Order: sequence, then C-alpha cells, then structure tokens
Amino acid sequence: MDEVKILEIKESVFADNDRQAEGLRRELKEKGIFLLNLMSSPGSGKTTTLTRTIEALKDELKIGVMEADIDSDVDAKAIAATGVKAIQLHTGGMCHLDADMTRQGLDGLETGDVELAILENVGNLVCPAEFDTGAVKNAMILSVPEGHDKPLKYPLMFSICDVVLINKIDVMPYFDFDLEKCKEYIHMRNPNAEILPICAKTGEGIDAWANWLRREVNAWRSPRKE
Amino acid sequence: MHELGIVFHIIKNIEQVGEKNQLKAVSAVTLEIGEVSTVVESYLRDCWKWATDKSALMRGAELKVETIPAITLCEDCGKTYGTVQYGRVCPECQSEHTHLVTGSEMNIKEIEAY
Repeated sequence: MDEVKILEIKESVFADNDRQAEGLRRELKEKGIFLLNLMSSPGSGKTTTLTRTIEALKDELKIGVMEADIDSDVDAKAIAATGVKAIQLHTGGMCHLDADMTRQGLDGLETGDVELAILENVGNLVCPAEFDTGAVKNAMILSVPEGHDKPLKYPLMFSICDVVLINKIDVMPYFDFDLEKCKEYIHMRNPNAEILPICAKTGEGIDAWANWLRREVNAWRSPRKE
Repeated sequence: MHELGIVFHIIKNIEQVGEKNQLKAVSAVTLEIGEVSTVVESYLRDCWKWATDKSALMRGAELKVETIPAITLCEDCGKTYGTVQYGRVCPECQSEHTHLVTGSEMNIKEIEAY
C-alpha cells in the first residue's frame, strides 16, 4: 500500500512565475531588448496610444508589438497598419499573461533585431498586476472616464507601475475627474510612479511619453555599448 | 476568470513537485489565502473542481483553505489594526501612512500525496 505523505511547499502561488520572469529579464538584458508591459482596463485607449507611440519612435527604434486578448485580432491589425511587426496572442480565456506566455510571444515575434518590444496585456486592472511578465518596465493607462478614484480601488495595479498615463484628458471638462486628486491617490500607493497626462487621439502629451520610453530603452541597452 | 488563472498556476506548480518526488496522486492541497488577496474562495472552489479534473495527478484532490487575517501597520503611531474593518486610514490617529503587514498572501502551504 502506498502511504500518504505530506509535502511542505510553503511557497507563493506566484513564485514559479516570478522565477521565470527573472530569467526572461536576464535574457532580454543580454539580447538588448527592452520589453514594456502595457496594462489598463478595456477601452482606455491602449491601442490608440500605442499607434501614437509607434509613430513617434519608429524611425529611431526597431519596435515589435504583442497584442494579448482573449479573442479576435483587431488590435494586431491596427498596429500592423503602422508598419511595425505585430502579433496577436490569444490567452484562451485567461485574464492575464504570465512570464511563460510572454516568452512564447517573444519567440513568435522573432525579436532578432527588435529594440523595443511592447506587450499590450489583456484589458483588466486585477490579474495582470499579479503576474510578472518578465517586462523591464510596467506602464498602465488610466482614462479620464474611468474616474480619479481608480488608484484607491485597484491599489496593486498602481503600486507595480513605473509610469501611469492618464489618457483622454481632452474630455476632462465633461467628467468629474480631478487630476490632482488622482496624482495624490497614485503617489499614496506608489511614491515613485511617473504620471503623464496624454490625449492619444490628439497627440497631446505623447512627446513626454516618447521621451520617457527613449530614456528607459537607452538606459536598459546602454551597458552593452561600453 | 481571475481564480481560474490562479488555479492553473497552482496545478502547474504541484505537477512539478509531483514529477520531482515521483508522486502518483495528490489527494489534498492546503492553501494559505490572505483576507485581502483578491481571491474569492467560492470561485476558487468552482475552478478547482473543473481544472483539477483535467490533471491526472490531481484528479479529485481536496482543496483546503486557511485564511490569513489582514493586518495593517500605521507608520505614524506604530499600532496595528484589522484592515477589513478600517481600511487604509488608522483608526487610532487617522493617519493615511499605513501599510499592509499580512493578508495579501496566496501560498501553497502543503500537499498530501502518495
């Protein structure tokens, strides 16, 4: 008869994913690829913001985009129209991407000469925050119609982001959105977060965002040039 | 949906443990879940049945959950208090400089297997 034994695991559910994410980051450093994980709620303007970002940077950086969605390929088509390489990842019903899925996506993107890889995560403010994708930096978009109280309701998402883009600032007069309050709420949970107000539709604020990306990509890739 | 992703990760982790220890079957899994970990236990149980059924190693494994209470520490007055009851503002001194000490855990504590 087999005896029942008890095995102590005592490990976070996310520990294995965290290890894979660390491994992926090391590999990206070696290859000189900067991976940005872009997160937000559905409909906050991720794809429009990306299109603007690509327009601003595609002449100086080789860009590749991975679009993660539960279904459809509308986003990948929109990005491919800008002329950069874009692939669609289907999560098969899952609400987030983990490090392993991200690695598969990068393989699919054939990142050979890509300098800036962007992962557009599934639109969701909960799960993507829990799973480290292996990205070098995390960015999120909060759009004005969602309200300035979101940092209080989804603290984990705001606490793991290096930069928060506040999108659709052109419609601010029509919503009770308090930008200063929003900044205060974000800094309460994440004092180091950079906050950049933008309007992806008109292009307002995109320069500051492109500068942030340029600086971060160069910082990540620079030791290789020494 | 959120819980399903977490269950998939638990299964993947335990399958690795199973391979390493040459386990034939897992009969129970004990998780430690923090009170404010964003996991809803009833959803987790629904996903558990469906997902473990697809794993030869874990089919029929019982899910045991131990809840870890959420405790917040006030950085200004140094007192701790129950997070679920008072949220992020310290009930003693009304400070907002507080941080969570325990309650966000999502750990696999142990498994029973043969």
